Amino acid sequence: MTPIPFDQAALVQGLYSILPELILIATAIAVLLADLVLPEIGKKRLCHLGISGTATAILAALSLGPGRIDGFSGMIVHDGMGLFVTLTILAVTFLTLLMATGYSEWEGTQKGEFYALLLFSAAGMLFMAKGTDLMTVFLGLETMSIPIYCLVGFHRNRMTSLEGAIKYFLLGAFASGFLLYGIALMYSATGTTKIPAIAGMIGDLRLFANPVFVVGVGLLLVGFAFKVSLVPFHMWTPDAYQGAPTVVTAFMAAGVKAAAFAALLRVTLLTFPALGPVMTNILWVLAFLTMTVGNLSALLQDNLKRMLAYSSIAHAGYILVGMVAGDVAGGQAALFYLLVYAFMNLGAFGVIMLLAHREDDGYDIGNLAGIGFRYPVLGGLLTLFLVSLAGIPPTAGFVGKFYLFSAAVKNGYIGLAVLGVLNSAVSIYYYLRPVVYMYMLPAPEEIPVPRPPRTAFSLALCASAAVVMVLGVVPRSVLEFAERSVLSLLM
Amino acid sequence: MTGVAMLDQHLLSVLIALPMIGAAALLFFPRDAHGPIRNVTLLVTIAEFLLSLPVVLRFDAATAGMQLVERVPWIPQYGISYIVGVDGISLWILMLTTFIMPITILSTWSAVGKHVKEFMVFMLVLETAMVGVFVATDLFLFYIFWELVLIPMYFLIGVWGGERRLYAAIKFFLYTFVGSVLMLVAIIVLYFHHYAVTGIYTTDLMKLYELTIPVKLQLWLFAAFFLAFAFKVPMFPFHTWLPDAHVEAPTAGSVILAAVLLKMGTYGFLRFAMALFPVAAADWTPLIATLAVIGIIYGALVAMVQKDVKKLVAYSSVSHLGFVMLGLFAFNLQGIEGAILQMVNHGISTGALFLIVGIIYERRHTRLISEFGGLSRVVPVFSLCFMIVTLSSIGVPGTNGFVGEFLILLGAFKVQKWYAVVAATGVIFAAVYMLRMFQRVMFGKITNEENLRLADMNGREVAYMIPLLLFILWIGVYPQPFLRRMDASVNAFVTRFEAKKQAALAGSPAGETLLVRYFDGKK
Repeated sequence: MTPIPFDQAALVQGLYSILPELILIATAIAVLLADLVLPEIGKKRLCHLGISGTATAILAALSLGPGRIDGFSGMIVHDGMGLFVTLTILAVTFLTLLMATGYSEWEGTQKGEFYALLLFSAAGMLFMAKGTDLMTVFLGLETMSIPIYCLVGFHRNRMTSLEGAIKYFLLGAFASGFLLYGIALMYSATGTTKIPAIAGMIGDLRLFANPVFVVGVGLLLVGFAFKVSLVPFHMWTPDAYQGAPTVVTAFMAAGVKAAAFAALLRVTLLTFPALGPVMTNILWVLAFLTMTVGNLSALLQDNLKRMLAYSSIAHAGYILVGMVAGDVAGGQAALFYLLVYAFMNLGAFGVIMLLAHREDDGYDIGNLAGIGFRYPVLGGLLTLFLVSLAGIPPTAGFVGKFYLFSAAVKNGYIGLAVLGVLNSAVSIYYYLRPVVYMYMLPAPEEIPVPRPPRTAFSLALCASAAVVMVLGVVPRSVLEFAERSVLSLLM
Repeated sequence: MTGVAMLDQHLLSVLIALPMIGAAALLFFPRDAHGPIRNVTLLVTIAEFLLSLPVVLRFDAATAGMQLVERVPWIPQYGISYIVGVDGISLWILMLTTFIMPITILSTWSAVGKHVKEFMVFMLVLETAMVGVFVATDLFLFYIFWELVLIPMYFLIGVWGGERRLYAAIKFFLYTFVGSVLMLVAIIVLYFHHYAVTGIYTTDLMKLYELTIPVKLQLWLFAAFFLAFAFKVPMFPFHTWLPDAHVEAPTAGSVILAAVLLKMGTYGFLRFAMALFPVAAADWTPLIATLAVIGIIYGALVAMVQKDVKKLVAYSSVSHLGFVMLGLFAFNLQGIEGAILQMVNHGISTGALFLIVGIIYERRHTRLISEFGGLSRVVPVFSLCFMIVTLSSIGVPGTNGFVGEFLILLGAFKVQKWYAVVAATGVIFAAVYMLRMFQRVMFGKITNEENLRLADMNGREVAYMIPLLLFILWIGVYPQPFLRRMDASVNAFVTRFEAKKQAALAGSPAGETLLVRYFDGKK
């Protein structure tokens, strides 16, 4: 191999393409350093530091614009798709940190490493979403996952937290192995790990008939399926979601999903059309199983976090419907839904964070009794988020599902669309159960007092609610943005 | 542009927006300011009714198509627009909605005592959704309003309802939701079919009307729409949620449910299912007409054995809506006009019946027939109102019910004698169950001491009952102004229905599409 000459312009361009990631990492390091010097009572400044760092990263991402910037000889790219997912993930991080201001105070997670881990993980998500080389994707995935394993177990003295963390870590490590092995097999068949290059070779090398390559793609799929908790790789989800500090649960559900689906979308949109119907059929089955098992299991849950965990599995299934569709419309619908899901999910977790007065058993659905009329704003917000998760108009959740299922119909998957809408009908039951408790069951003598939301926390809830409502009525510009993003991927 | 001119050009949009604005305004009222909250809600609904009067005044009876149309692109890259309009089919159902709302609101003064603010907010949101359903002529817009109806109604039943309100509320929600999501898939399929044939993405109903849909595809799409609307009507055997919802709902909820929400189903059949898929509709007619007739007889027989007045009225609704369905699927002028008129009639008389049941329930906290008897001597005004409404519900000549049912039977008789003959016995059954109930409640000896102290209807109750009674008699004696405004639209409907049916039967048009292949099993 000839040595690659040092090219300063390329290096600058590369660094420029990962500007938001760099800012996040710098902020995380700054948080760790500041933690050493700040006195105990000043620890909440750490969170403020994280918030301003994320805000700067958002501005940086916006300043990069939707144009394509290749970095590090095709390892990573900032394109329309990258921008869309970057903004989604940064919005999730920003809202999570806003909520963490309050949560950390109540639950004692006011620590430097807590925020640093969150920020490192967010940076990993961005790498994953923007990776055009399978190695970048893998590195991003690990950078994202390892901090999250720690965050899930952050409540060191709670059994549920530790149990969730161990389960997530063991299964996650296993899944990473699958992913890496899949990448290795694909490399052995093609001699490259660059996604566009692999996609280009499929037809010429008749890779769809090459068992090594097909098994490689299958293993890759398993790795991703684990991260976005597709059935049957979802076993860890309820325990990890329930055990994790709630603010981390909200972050995981929205952020990890956005990053992993973005990476999956890069792979599937480019390679699957050439691979023939088998892969799409596998996705079809996964989508159906994930929606159905997620929704049916959620019906039985009495713990709100567990219920939302199963609901998150079901939502992964809905998003997968867009990938089954496999064209621009499908990708666009999936991206739009990822964004919408992030806001409605964070909103729902945010409200129950305020309502649960104890981290351990505070999330029992019975604790909601009588909340609705006593605390009308909180009750109304939770109802709005749940209605949106259920996909009832005029909320963003409906628009998102509408486009996912129309993409499926457009490509002839009418059966899957029918199964999808029937699944939504099933989900109505468990999304309305908290509403029943809040408004319709008799209130107990003493209604638990919600935690007083700080300004930052209220801001996060209001922003989520606004997005859920506005995108439900005027989704036009964001849909266009999502469409351009997917098109940028195919160029 | 002056305010009046703007109002003039955006009349229907104003009708959609006004209740929503009212609901938003109510949010800023203090929670225990019950008086002002009630008054403001009443004012908003009365203003809404007054603003809807110009719709009738400006309505041109000679025009068959949509009038007062407003069109704004909404999600243009998908051809989704905000389009509203009114024609002879929707005009009177729209008017019924705006007319019944102030009456219903006025009836809640004493009936709703807890969480008044939230109750009124939900009522106003419901009004926006209902008006939207009847004026939307874009399928996407229609679907949004169609679903938007569910949430406020769910809360009205679940929070302010009776003993088994949770069960009734979730049953109402799930049944109607399952029906409608399949309709959503059908809407999407239709949308892509239109694109495949014409190259244009649109959800504009008028554009979709022009499409000739291959027969096989029609059958599937009709099936999905059928399910959505049959649950809503509800047709036998999809009706089981109705008695539960009616019995458990608060009076105002029952009135709205009976008067307007059920009409969404029958209106949906006429506007969407039958108009878009004529071949399928014609093919399904024997089944639907049979179910309609079964519904008529079954509803009447079950009503006969009810001990609870409200449940009796609920089952009578199943019977009455069977008539409406029978009229619609006669596919001729008499049948369809009779059906539309009967939708309005049922709204007025069953709405009034639920109000009457509510009045007596507020006084005695029971609805069991056996608890009453001999009321006519204690409460004369009440018994007069009750009697007129009962006669209207039976369909005695001189009341509105007669005109509607007569036209329906006439229409049905022209097509299929036996349906009409069997259905006509339903009228007799109606006389049996209504008169027997009336007799046992109002006549005879007063057996229960408590009934001696009953107070007669007060001024407020008389005030909201009188408009209903006026319309019962007006439509009964002189229905011409109502029918005349339907003629053009219904005639056009019948003509277009036949033409489209022939065109579709003549063969699939150009554009053997992916979807058609899918449904032909050649995928």
